[in-house]
Amino acid sequence: MDLNDLLEIAEKENASAKPIRLRCCTAAGCLSQQGDAVKNALQQAVADADMSDRVEIVGVGCMGLCSAGPLVKIDPDGALFEQVQPEQCASIIASLNGGGPAEASVGSDDIPFFSKQHPIVLENSGRINPERIESYIAAGGYQALFHSLREMAPTDVVEEISKSGLRGRGGAGFPTGLKWATVAKMKAERKYIVCNADEGDPGAFMDRSVLESDPHRVLEGMAIAAYAVGATQGFVYVRGEYPLAISRLKTAIQQARRMGLLGTQIFESPFDFRVDLRIGAGAFVCGEETALLRSIEGQRGTPRPRPPFPAQSGLWGYPTLINNVETFANIAPIVSKGSEWFSAIGTEKSKGTKVFALAGKITNTGLIEVPMGTPLRTIVEEMGGGVPNGQVKAVQTGGPSGGCIPAAHLDTPVDYESLAKLGSIMGSGGMIVMDQSDNMVGVAKFFMEFCMDESCGKCVPCRAGTAQIHKILTKVTDGRATSADLENLRSLCEMVKSASLCGLGQSAPNPVLSTLRYYPDEYQACIDGGAAAEASA
Amino acid sequence: MSSTVAAPSKTAPAGGAKGQPSGDNRYKMLEATMKRHQYAADSLIEVLHTAQELFGFLEVDLLLHVAHSLRVPPSRVYGVATFYHFFSLKPKGDHTVVICMGTACYVKGASQVVAAIEALGGIKAGETTPDGRVSLMTARCIGACGIAPAVVLDGNITGKQTAGAVVDHVKGWLGNGS
Repeated sequence: MDLNDLLEIAEKENASAKPIRLRCCTAAGCLSQQGDAVKNALQQAVADADMSDRVEIVGVGCMGLCSAGPLVKIDPDGALFEQVQPEQCASIIASLNGGGPAEASVGSDDIPFFSKQHPIVLENSGRINPERIESYIAAGGYQALFHSLREMAPTDVVEEISKSGLRGRGGAGFPTGLKWATVAKMKAERKYIVCNADEGDPGAFMDRSVLESDPHRVLEGMAIAAYAVGATQGFVYVRGEYPLAISRLKTAIQQARRMGLLGTQIFESPFDFRVDLRIGAGAFVCGEETALLRSIEGQRGTPRPRPPFPAQSGLWGYPTLINNVETFANIAPIVSKGSEWFSAIGTEKSKGTKVFALAGKITNTGLIEVPMGTPLRTIVEEMGGGVPNGQVKAVQTGGPSGGCIPAAHLDTPVDYESLAKLGSIMGSGGMIVMDQSDNMVGVAKFFMEFCMDESCGKCVPCRAGTAQIHKILTKVTDGRATSADLENLRSLCEMVKSASLCGLGQSAPNPVLSTLRYYPDEYQACIDGGAAAEASA
Repeated sequence: MSSTVAAPSKTAPAGGAKGQPSGDNRYKMLEATMKRHQYAADSLIEVLHTAQELFGFLEVDLLLHVAHSLRVPPSRVYGVATFYHFFSLKPKGDHTVVICMGTACYVKGASQVVAAIEALGGIKAGETTPDGRVSLMTARCIGACGIAPAVVLDGNITGKQTAGAVVDHVKGWLGNGS
């Protein structure tokens, strides 16, 4: 396999494409709204109308606008149909033949939800067939890997990633190039690459969507990383809750292996790289890197103190590079288009784009990818279409490790530093919009219950602290709390934050602290309400 | 290690369907998985995934069998099986309803759906109705936030659910066969 073979595959794939293509979303969001039935009905309709010589139905990945699914998009004229029902399919096909307008609701991709996006990670999502490697190759796939292996030294690749300013998309925002350089510098007989696809934050589904829509992009990024740091074995650690992502990854790994894009002597170079899947078994703490490594080793997912960092001593004691799905998905474009192109996007300290999962009380739910530094208001009000019949009260980012950002701060640009200043975090990209009917104390309690259940129990501050915080919050919501309890709550949160072993405990108090900071009235109202109820009783 | 294929017969309770020596094909399939992983101790989670897929849940005898085959202490197998939420040591009902309790589903009223099913079945989340018809579970987040609240009915993800619709569905299951 060399570049010519790649180009030949791409050419063949493009040549076999029929003049009219109907792209159907087959990612989990649309599939659970009968997306599969729609695809089958369209296929049947094409066969019935005897148009299969010029019309093809392609199953593609996520097109982003989950709230309007199942989505069908027609190439080349660009018509977009929303909430398509199987019985509407015949009329859609007939409309292609001049048989009058289709009886399906027509959407537009000229709305801010689509037009304000800047797709890099998601550029192939909703365009290519995730179950065919040829489709990825036709979109330019695996050329960046070729370019790295044959024309760049490993140090050049690390240098390019460092210069791009890419930061880890898992939430903490650690500079990716620095991490790669650390692993590359280690002298060891074996090194590992791990892709963290244990997307445990409730309300986040970016990684799931990337894996379901463009799995080869992630594999290519991992292979480039392996070449850069000198690893030969990789693992993708996926949540067990994502069966479709798992099956598409399995298919992708097999296809890449068969074509010689994974395995031994890739692109006729001395570089070998093998990827295996590891399926998680439902433990939020496994998103923490040291816990994830223990889980890959077949043990209970409990974290350990760092240092040594996984980059120095990871899987089975060998240097291990761990990056998130979205981070790996950024690698191939950076290698092909160069670090300058990438670092021109975004803000001074946060480069590139970020994918967000918009959900909650918002008109347009789904996935968006915007340049770093885009104001929260643009995302929520323009792209998301705001709250249906109501007003934004808060935006929750970062899941149980993040915080609630009140509507007054909607003009904040979204980047790592600005969100941290507001007491929240970028997190992996979940963005839940809340309206006036949501009680913030209840939200804080919801997250604390989550952290209490998910605490692995290894360190006392997290194990006992989260339980105590939850207990106080229950007292507050039951109207039994006093002002002294609020003081206790505050100091307990600070203690858990500073004394816990891993990120789970250190960030667990964030939802409580941020709601205490921005919505003290709601806590006070619970206390006063409780006191009033007692007085009248 | 292939001699351990029917090992659980030693520890299986009398009449335990899973303890049938060699008669149960599922043991062969489990064996094949362990063999593929070369009986490596670090394949424990993968093996438990397969075991649960084959048997529906992880009986203590099954855990002992895995411990024996992979040569890891039973305490570690038990530790791992109970650490991860996905593994169940109790049998599930004929039908399962999994209600997503992720943040998006929570703000869209998933807890009302849970409460309605709890009231209908007279069970708490995580339990199975006494007749073994329906198991009710909650999930952390199934990643279907765009169509919240999401409910998984016997493995099929359904979005934009209401308490009433789910209650009707589960009523069908409860009525069936009783």
